[in-house]
Amino acid sequence: MNHDLIERKTGLMVTLIILVISLGGLVEILPLFSSESTTTPVAGLKPLAALELEGRDIYIREGCHVCHTQMVRPLRTETERYGHYSVAGESVYEHPFLWGSKRTGPDLARVGGRYSDDWQRAHLYNPRAVVPESTMPAFPWLFERTLDGEETAAKMKALATVGVPYTDADMAGAQRAVAGHSEADALVAYLQQLGTLLSRR
Amino acid sequence: MTVFWSIFVTVVTIGTLLGSYWLLTTTRKSEVKDGAHLEKDHTFDGIAELETPLPRWWYYLFLLTIAFSFAYLALFPGLGNFKGLLGWSSTGQWEGEVAAAAERYNPLFERYLDTPLLALTEDRKAMRMGQRIFGNYCAQCHGSAAQGAHGFPNLRDHDWLWGNSEAQIQASIRQGRQAAMPSWAAPLGEEGVRAMAQYVRSLSGAAHDAALAAEAAPKYSLFCVACHGPAGTGNIALGAPNLTDNIWLYGGSADEIAFTLRHGRNGQMPSHEGVLDDARIHLVAAYVLSLSKGARAAATSTAAGQ
Repeated sequence: MNHDLIERKTGLMVTLIILVISLGGLVEILPLFSSESTTTPVAGLKPLAALELEGRDIYIREGCHVCHTQMVRPLRTETERYGHYSVAGESVYEHPFLWGSKRTGPDLARVGGRYSDDWQRAHLYNPRAVVPESTMPAFPWLFERTLDGEETAAKMKALATVGVPYTDADMAGAQRAVAGHSEADALVAYLQQLGTLLSRR
Repeated sequence: MTVFWSIFVTVVTIGTLLGSYWLLTTTRKSEVKDGAHLEKDHTFDGIAELETPLPRWWYYLFLLTIAFSFAYLALFPGLGNFKGLLGWSSTGQWEGEVAAAAERYNPLFERYLDTPLLALTEDRKAMRMGQRIFGNYCAQCHGSAAQGAHGFPNLRDHDWLWGNSEAQIQASIRQGRQAAMPSWAAPLGEEGVRAMAQYVRSLSGAAHDAALAAEAAPKYSLFCVACHGPAGTGNIALGAPNLTDNIWLYGGSADEIAFTLRHGRNGQMPSHEGVLDDARIHLVAAYVLSLSKGARAAATSTAAGQ
């Protein structure tokens, strides 16, 4: 075996390197695109409602996912605290998913219904008002800014092209459902539905 | 995973391992030992690269990792749909850990189930356990010292919005509570709201404008009496606060009361069904009851003194 040949022909070397590196992806990623556990929604999964969808975009804009994960791992200590571990079928309509990778704050995968709307609003306005020990930044501007919902239908349409089953009726009613609500309303609506499909334990 | 993808994963994984083995052995064969051979046309400024074989320990370590991979893939899931000889899965391990923990810890909580709440408040160990549960599940809203916050009840005082019997406290925790005070902006009007705020302040003996309060009194009997009662003492069945005790969930200034009247209040305690089991609810309920012991004793002695 003469590796001299590979070392002197850069094109051949690049091709072989790509081939070797892609083997891992071929095995670990490619089959998931057709796997039932990753492509079948869990029972009751619906696309986010218009206001929740806007809330999700605010969640992304404010970088909530930088400090909060949405991924309860199948570890006892985590399921004790947060509830049922996350399953792939819950994220079928997520584009992009917001599992996150760093936990400065608690995991939010099952935060829906855990606190009252009032608490969520007070906490977003000033976290120290309800949790004195909190290091979370305050988001007071969410209460001053009002959504007009002009782009909500277009967002739904974009998501529909990648397989989220939004109907024409959803898109037609989107602006009416969003317009006039504050950004805080939208974010709280988004948070309150997180992870509510699987039982807590 | 379908059969096709299962075979695909298996073939590529094993193929990669065999390929590594082939690469390792064939390159080793071609090498000239003892560094005697210099590569031709591979000298730069008199510096040449030697064709020296891998050190022996390195070669065997490489073989060992390949052997390890085969052993791992035989024991654990990895080759498509093959579950592995050990039958291990992450959820299976989780279930085992949860069951073991339940067996170990649940009796510690369950042995308090038959003790009435009031008796349990005297048990220091139980109260420390209750405090831990409170810290995990209740402190976010009620505060780590149960002092409450604007809109979230203080649990250390003797005022109970939804009652302090064993059944009432447990129901508050298990099913949650939803208060519903509607907005009175339309029936009262802005002037009426301002006057009513003065009347509400008068109920607990706070400084108030007597003329405005007197003006609002008939409207109190009309609108507010259904929930807050004729004397303003509230109704725990509805979670309607006692207005005479000078304890204010949403602030007791005239402005804050007027805001409450204008916009209504819909305080909510979320349900903890499925979050906490019966034994833990029992313990934390006893802890909550114990928090107000001091306030209750003070209230009783004041009442006796009067």
